[in-house]
Amino acid sequence: MASAPIVEIDNVSFGYEAARPVLHGVSLRIEPGSVVGIMGQSGCGKTTLLRIIAGWLKPSAGLTRVLGESVRDLDSDGIFALRRRMGMLFQFGALFTDMTVFDNVAFQMREHTDLPPDLVSDLVMMKLEAVGLRGAAQLMPSALSGGMARRVALARAVALDPQLMLYDEPFTGLDPISLGVIARLIRTLNDSLGQTSIVVSHDVEECFGIVDYVYFVSAGRIVAQGTPQALRRSAEPFVRQFVRGETDGPIAFHYPAPDYAADMEGVGTPSALPAGPAAHG
Amino acid sequence: MKRSTIDIWVGAFVVAGFAGLLFLAMKVGNLASFSTDATYQVQAKFANIGGLKVRAPIKSAGVVVGRVSSVIFDNESYEAVVTFDVDARFKFPRDTSAKILTSGLLGEQYVGLEAGGDGVMLKQGDRLRLTQSAVVLENLISQFLFNKAAEGKESKDGK
Amino acid sequence: MAEPAVLAALRHGLERIGHAAAAKVWRLGFAARFFVAVLLNSGTAFRRFHLTIREIYFAGVLSLIIILVSGLFVGMVLGLQGYDTLQRYGSSEALGILVALSLVRELGPVIAGLLFASRAGSAITAEIGLMKATEQIAAMEMMAVDPIARVVAPRFWAGVISMPLLAALFSAMGIFGGYLVGVKLIGVDEGSFWSQMQASVDVREDILNGVVKSLVFGVAVTWIAVFEGYDAPPTAEGVSGATTRTVVTSSLAILALDFVLTALMFTGGNGK
Repeated sequence: MASAPIVEIDNVSFGYEAARPVLHGVSLRIEPGSVVGIMGQSGCGKTTLLRIIAGWLKPSAGLTRVLGESVRDLDSDGIFALRRRMGMLFQFGALFTDMTVFDNVAFQMREHTDLPPDLVSDLVMMKLEAVGLRGAAQLMPSALSGGMARRVALARAVALDPQLMLYDEPFTGLDPISLGVIARLIRTLNDSLGQTSIVVSHDVEECFGIVDYVYFVSAGRIVAQGTPQALRRSAEPFVRQFVRGETDGPIAFHYPAPDYAADMEGVGTPSALPAGPAAHG
Repeated sequence: MKRSTIDIWVGAFVVAGFAGLLFLAMKVGNLASFSTDATYQVQAKFANIGGLKVRAPIKSAGVVVGRVSSVIFDNESYEAVVTFDVDARFKFPRDTSAKILTSGLLGEQYVGLEAGGDGVMLKQGDRLRLTQSAVVLENLISQFLFNKAAEGKESKDGK
Repeated sequence: MAEPAVLAALRHGLERIGHAAAAKVWRLGFAARFFVAVLLNSGTAFRRFHLTIREIYFAGVLSLIIILVSGLFVGMVLGLQGYDTLQRYGSSEALGILVALSLVRELGPVIAGLLFASRAGSAITAEIGLMKATEQIAAMEMMAVDPIARVVAPRFWAGVISMPLLAALFSAMGIFGGYLVGVKLIGVDEGSFWSQMQASVDVREDILNGVVKSLVFGVAVTWIAVFEGYDAPPTAEGVSGATTRTVVTSSLAILALDFVLTALMFTGGNGK
């Protein structure tokens, strides 16, 4: 059964200011049921891409189709309706700090459905069980560790079984055990709930372990794409530097700066530092 | 915080707030006295109303029996036409007089009604015949000075 | 083309003033549109009234202590100062009138408004600002829940409902404080204290106008508080700057509105 891609982005460009575009002619397709990684350095535009998919930002050019809808043509009601079918996990969880874990996970059910309290309670417990935090249901978010908070946020995001899940840097700042837990959860939830997932990250090892396909973004363009195995064997310079974590390559070590000798003569500002990647410009 | 506890506190807060408002209205303001009893209207003309304002009290024997409801200038007689709302419980004779008085030395002005002796009572829309205008301070002073000057002249002539 | 330094500095200064003024006007326009959005999205705040009730607790009930204590002290000071001045003219029986009218017409709405702005207003701004900074607002939007309806509107209406109640309680406590000092402490005649007050304080002119004032202040303060919170830059400095701006702007707004309302209610509109 040939199915349409869940997300289709065609030649999309975007800039927060007209003079400085962040994305240049980006195209990608996300097939249903897959976990796709969007990877790149900090500031390369991958989070912007995620926000365009979520309908937060309107691209200046190009077509964006999500779950069969053209995002540009939707009004705010349409975007809200579309978001009911999506879920997003934010970088630090973004749990509502004035409610318990239980109330956080129950939030969408209470806002969007008329389910009786017992049913809501059962569903909440099911979701918490899936992320392994059923015992923490009555805790407040401030009592949770970073990893636990992110798992609760994950349970909250999948509360209404969305078709598309977006993960914004889910691996940032976690200890190795929590990293493994989150990565495994992303994959198992995706497969067991029949979802499609997009993971934006710069953590190569964790990401490569769970995704089916990867897009590499650099300076607002897709520079490489492929399955993790293919990319590990790739000879493309950027991919090699990124995958191996090399300090120098297509992405230079030094931020653009004038001549070193000129700076060291103390002709310019007195804040010339002896060495290191300080920004002189 | 449990929802029921919050509800209790908010309920108490709202009740206390309204109690405060009620206290202000009843104990501090004049809501308790003159509200919406039945009134009848009577008019009177004055040469000068001084500082009399709408809603100023109308007193008889010192007791409030009504309120001034409107003040209009009559362009033909060049006098002020004042309309009173008198409490329907009190009946006044037709020859009652109205004076504009000041409460205290420099207080606000009010209308004082002095009952006459006529057997027939005032009805809705009647007009009081006997009125005395407000005392205007400047006139009082110039009159005083004039009298003083006249006295001085007399004693000088007399000498 | 070389510009003399002074001219360049002047031009630069003017540019900055113009830019700042334009930015302020733009922001005011944005605040106005935000206000309309809050009003239009207020349905949820009333249909699910428990949300608003919760905010009335945090804004109103938790401000009670400071309002009542301040009211008491202000009333007591009015009693002391008022007596000191009035007894020079032999009018110490007018103390009741002085205390009551000062509080009901002016001090009640204004001081309660200022206290509300600094306690509840800044708390609302900080709360909304932090929710924005920690992406809770964004998360809500992603879950297709309108944050203006769910977070902002209940807080707005809670402020509008709480203000008149707090102002009334402030005035009531103040009059009680004036009574304590004037009658109990100093010895002004209790009967004339209350009777003169009742004869002079009019329910419609004074008390109702005071309530209207406190409603207007409530709208202004809460609008500023929710807007500054929603518009705060999502950083620590951003939120702290926003809370400061809430207190300063609300206080100025209260005093300016007080002048306008007093002029409308108590002078021109009155007496013929």
